Formats: sequence, structure tokens, C-alpha cells
Amino acid sequence: MSWANSWGLNAVDLARAQFAFTMSFHIVFPAFSIGLASYLAVLEARWLLTGREVYLNLFNYWLKIFSVAFGMGVVSGIVMSYQFGTNWSVFADKTGPVIGPLMAYEVLTAFFLEAGFLGVMLFGLERVGPRLHFFATAMVAVGTLISAFWILSANSWMQTPAGHAVNADGQFVAADWLKVIFNPSFPYRLVHMVLAAYLTTALVVGAVGAFHLLRDQHLAGPRVMFSMAMWMATLVAPIQILAGDQHGLNTLEYQPVKIMAMEGHYQSHPDGAPLILFGLPDQSEGKVKYALEIPRMGSLILKHSPDAPMAGLDTVPRENWPPVPVAFWSFRIMVGMGLLMFGLGLFSLWCRWRGTLFQSRLLHLFAMAMGPAGFIAVLAGWITTETGRQPFTVYGLLRTAESASPLATPAVGSSLIAFVIVYFAVFAAGVIYLLRLMAQPPHPGEAGPPSNIPARAAGITPAVERIAP
Amino acid sequence: MSAAVDLATLWAFIIAFAVFVYVVMDGFDLGLGILFPLFPAKADRDVIMNSVAPVWDGNETWLVLGGGGMMAAFPLAYAVLMPALYTPMIAMLIGLIFRGVAFEFRWRTQRERNRWDLAFAGGSWLAALAQGIALGAILQGVHVEGRHYAGGWWDWLTPFSILTGVSLAIGYALLGATWLVLKTEGALRDKAYHLCWYLLFAMLAAIAIVSIATPFLHIQYAQRWFTWPNVILTAPVPIAVAIITVLLLRALANKQDSQPFPLVLSLFALSYAGLGISMYPYIVPQSITIWQAASPENSQFFMLVGVAILIPLILGYTGWAYWVFRGKVRGGYH
Repeated sequence: MSWANSWGLNAVDLARAQFAFTMSFHIVFPAFSIGLASYLAVLEARWLLTGREVYLNLFNYWLKIFSVAFGMGVVSGIVMSYQFGTNWSVFADKTGPVIGPLMAYEVLTAFFLEAGFLGVMLFGLERVGPRLHFFATAMVAVGTLISAFWILSANSWMQTPAGHAVNADGQFVAADWLKVIFNPSFPYRLVHMVLAAYLTTALVVGAVGAFHLLRDQHLAGPRVMFSMAMWMATLVAPIQILAGDQHGLNTLEYQPVKIMAMEGHYQSHPDGAPLILFGLPDQSEGKVKYALEIPRMGSLILKHSPDAPMAGLDTVPRENWPPVPVAFWSFRIMVGMGLLMFGLGLFSLWCRWRGTLFQSRLLHLFAMAMGPAGFIAVLAGWITTETGRQPFTVYGLLRTAESASPLATPAVGSSLIAFVIVYFAVFAAGVIYLLRLMAQPPHPGEAGPPSNIPARAAGITPAVERIAP
Repeated sequence: MSAAVDLATLWAFIIAFAVFVYVVMDGFDLGLGILFPLFPAKADRDVIMNSVAPVWDGNETWLVLGGGGMMAAFPLAYAVLMPALYTPMIAMLIGLIFRGVAFEFRWRTQRERNRWDLAFAGGSWLAALAQGIALGAILQGVHVEGRHYAGGWWDWLTPFSILTGVSLAIGYALLGATWLVLKTEGALRDKAYHLCWYLLFAMLAAIAIVSIATPFLHIQYAQRWFTWPNVILTAPVPIAVAIITVLLLRALANKQDSQPFPLVLSLFALSYAGLGISMYPYIVPQSITIWQAASPENSQFFMLVGVAILIPLILGYTGWAYWVFRGKVRGGYH
């Protein structure tokens, strides 16, 4: 493929671009549906416990949104499960015996559970009754969490491999399954990712609530969802910052080079490393230009001591350097989003205390602006951790360049172009439909996902449930 | 026989089972998409979509189990076959994307509904053809050197693989038509009955042509089919196909709604058994056996525990979901 060659791209670069592209699209849907499935279970539980109609309306409202997002997650996920074989066959051959079973367990314990109960959750309330229906909703929510467990275990094993041996064919094999599954970075990554999914969903729910409150602050449904979402932001954002800090310390222990890339530490600092706030990392010169830094703060955060020595990339052979500019900036974007979420949580708490939670236009505008913040943070965090692992697929053991399929450049280039075109066409339409659903406020007697039940008679717009001013 | 041999054979059966469940379950979903252009009325299309909307996602999960299970249990075969089937696999995935999102998207828009109906039909066609072509490409064998696929990215394209692609699309369409007979009423059901006749004869022709062509691919297939003692296994297959055909013709003539679907499923099962006899014990025909491709024993055993406990459970709640949505899909209701 001449365009690829003229840019100096080879099949491995194109395969990496394809994985990054398809994964970036995929990851936002599970991040949203993990949180949303749990939120739906909570809404239905509150409906069953209180009998309040507003919870059922909210449940049906978000269920429609869930069904669209979940469908996009499923189809983009199947692409991922086959991409290991199509573009990364050497990786699949060598790691299949270790991470293959983890992914097989994901299918057996999570995907089937979600899919098996999804139909009843979407369409079955009248057929099975509320209690059994709640059970189905809960199973879907549990399924999304089990799915996160296994796939993050597999991902974490690639970051911090443990419990394995290598056989005569050069394959990784499990020596101790518990050590494989509960590898050193897994517990931290799991907590960090599930909290991220909950925050992402809370911010979307909050933004939708705020959007409708800006138009009418007495709407019952938006008030309930906005209040619930702001509680999540208030409580979970600080926990997430703590969890992220712990995850960072774990990374420092097991993947110090990734931390060097995230911090922009090209040089070693024998008497305390600075915290570089911003700057332009220059990979070829091996330094951060125009660095704005706080002396010794880096050592204080990472080693809890301002004078602690910290090694830099100058102690690492250049062929093992991750792409520092990418990891450096994506990390800052993630942290920035996290701090803004924390700020939103505090602001909403203050408004709640003053009794202006449903009145403050400033809060509502802030919450609306933060609607996509969770997705941005998830993507930035994922880019940080995956580029920080480079140039390896299995950290320190299997190089990315030696993991790809023996394919001709045109084959990988063509499939990349096909995925780019299809994803933009399909998922852009999906996002538009999601936004259109969100632009409507929840109505009393809100219907669930459409079957072929005839739509409401034309011309009759149902009244909107309002709380008396 | 050592324990490893037993495990590999067992896993070959488990993967084969997953793929078969996928073929029959997503087969009728895809078949509905293939037949979609023949049902232009919106009301019919709504009923057709609703007859599978609650279950299509579960059906597709078996494909993930087949692929993921193969990477885990036979990583070498997965690593060789996926690059060999590169283009059909990408085409299948893209087809499944269009088909899958259409289930949700077509309810979300009035103006663009036709576009998503087209995506549903086109995606189903693409996925079905790609799966059939992949099957043919596996049967005709791939060029392996060491632990890698060593052929080009168009090796899969032969008259034989096109034949298997078209055959599978016909088979899926027949499954879809019999599903409609089972799940719908009135004019829609009658039209489906009508289609069943044509599609049944097309499928029988496809089975015959593929069966005649396969032994010519490799002398090993012919030997496997026609030599003692394998002939004990292969000889009853045509007889059973004939018996099922008679039963099917009778069910179609007498309009017994619940019979054609399971009978076509048994036709699929017989064809699948024929395939299994042809391939065993190779997982990549003529180059890699299931024992050469197998994961280490502890990987296969670790997963076997999960399969033994979870597959019955999965079949249980999947069956329950089908039971919840049992019966005819009526206009206006599930």
C-alpha cells in the first residue's frame, strides 16, 4: 500500500493503529454500560422498595439508552476478541495458554450471563413480573462487573506478568493460576477501572439531569437523577483519586519505566525528583522542554519523602523506552479530569447544603460540561497505561514488534481503512440516537425499549411530571 | 492414551459444540436478515425483528466462545487460521456490526429506518457468506510453515470457498424461514412456508454439490469417507438426510408449524457431523492436529472445570429466556 509505505508505516504500525482505534471506540461503551447496569439495578430496587413511579420512569428512560449503548459495546467487542488472531497471531500463539483461559472465563461467566438476561431485562417486565425482572436486571449488572474482572485480569497480566513459565514452543504457560489471575497490578487496576466506569456513568446521568433542570427545575425525574449523580460524584471522585494514587505506587514498584514516562523523568534525580506539571517531552533529545516543575514534589508524591532518589530513563536502554510524550500528556489529561470531577462533587455538595442543588444554573452548566469528562478520563488513562507498557505486549518479556501476524502491509492497511469508515458511520449514528434519547425528559408512564407496540397516538404529548414549586 | 490426548479430544468436541450452537442459533438470526429484502412491509419487518430481538445477543455470544475458546485451548490453530482467513474474518466482523446495531438503531429513527433495514440485510448477507467462505477455506487447507501461516491474503478465494459461502447462506435462509413458520402467523407465516419449499431444494442441492466436491479437494477426505471403518460413520449420513427430507416435505405440506425448524436443525447437525468426520483429528486440515495445536494440559483442565459447571447453567438460563418469549410473535406484542 503505497500511502502506508510512503509514511514509513509497516504492518506492525498499522496493526497497532487498528488495535488502538477499535479499542478506543470499544472501551467507552463498556465503561458506560458497567456503570449504567448498576444504576438501573439501583433504580429498579428503589422502585420496588418505595413504589414511587418516578423510579420506574427513570428506569425505563435509562433502559432505552442502555440497550443502544450495550448493542454498540457487543458488536465492537466481538471485533476485539478476533483481532488477537487476525493481527496479533504470534501474541495469540504465545500467550493463548495463559490469557486465553481468562478470556474464556469472561465469556462463560459474564457474556452469557449478560446476554441471557438482557432480553428479559429489556422486554420481559410484563411477562415475568417485577421480582423476576429485577433479578434479570441484577444479573446483567453482575455480568458487567464479572466481565471487568476477567478482562482486567488478562490486561493486568500483560502489564505485570506473574505465575507463568515458558514451554519448549516458546509459549507462556501457567505455573500457578491464582498468581496469574491475581497478578500484582490486577487489584488496583480493577478498582480503578470500575470506579471510573461508575464515575463516567454518574457524569452522563448528571449532565442529562442538568440539561433538563436548566429548562425546568421542577421536573421530577431530572431532579432525582441529578441528585443521585451528584452524590456519586461527591463520594466516588475522592475515592478514585486515592485509588489512582495507590495504583500509581503499584506501577512504580512493578513498572517503574512507565512512571518515568508518565512523569517525564528522562533524567535520574539522586536527591529528590521534581514534579513536572507541564512541558514538552522531546523523545529524541531525551528531555522535557519548557518544563514547569515543583522541586522534590515528585519524590514526595511517589516515595513520600522529598529527598528520595529516583531513577530516570537515562538508566534504561533506549530501545526499551515507551513513547514519553503520549504517556506524559494522556496522564495529565486523566488527572485533570479527575480533579474537575472532584471539584464538581464539592460544588454540588455546597449547593445541596445551601438548598440550591436544583436551582444553581452555574452548577447545572458545570455538570453539563462535565458530561463527557468520564469518557475522556477513561480513554486518557487507558492510553497512559497501554503506551507506558510499550515497547512490549507482555511487559519485559514479549516485544510488540515480535507479536504481530505475518501479514502483508496492504492487508492490515485495508482492514484498518474498512474499520475506520464503518466505525465512524455506525457509531456516529449511534451516538446521535443516544443524544436524541437524552434530549427528551423522562415522562410519566415512560415506556421501555420499543417492541412493535404502536407508538403513542400522534399529537398527544404526555404531560411531564413536575414537583410543585 | 495419555490424559493430554483425552483433554485435547474433549476440547475439540467442546469447541465444535460451541461453533455448532452458534451456527444453529445465530444461523436463523442471520437467515432472517438474508430474507429481509423479501419482506418489504414495515409491519412484517417489525415482527421479524421482534421474534429475535430478545435472544440475538446471546446467540452471538457462542461465536465469542468459539473464537475465545479456540485461542485458549488451541492457540496454535487460532494463530494460524485467523491470518489465513484474514479477509473473510474482517468481512464477517463488519457484517456483524451492521447487523447487530440495526436491532437497536432501526427503532430510533423514522427517517433513516430504511438505511438500518438495509444494514440488517446487508450485514447478515456479508456475515453468512464470510462464514461459509471461511469454512471452505479451512477445508481446502492453508499453507503453514513452522508455527505461522505462510500463504497470501487472497488464498482463501477459490471456487470451492465461494460454493461453501453460498451454501451456508442458503442454509441460514432456510433456518430463518422455518423460524418464521414457528414464530409468526397469518400471511407472514404463509409466505415463509412458500419460501421454505424453494430454500429446502436449494439446500439439498448445496449439500449434494459440496459433498461431491469435498473428496476432490484432498485424497485424504475421500479415503476418510470411503474406507473401512469410517464408512460405518459416513454411510448413514445420506440415508438420514433422505429420511429428514421426507419428514420435512410432509411437515411443509401439512403446515405443521412447529416441525420444520427442528428438522432443518437436524439437517445442519448431519452436515456438521460429516464435516467433523472429514476433519478429525486435524484442526488445520492436512497440517496441524488437535494434539499439536493443544494448549498445555493445565490450561485446558483449568477451563474444563469452568465449562463443566457453567455450560449446563448457561443452557439452563438461555432456555429460560427462550421460554419467556415462547409462542407466536403477534403484531403489537412480543
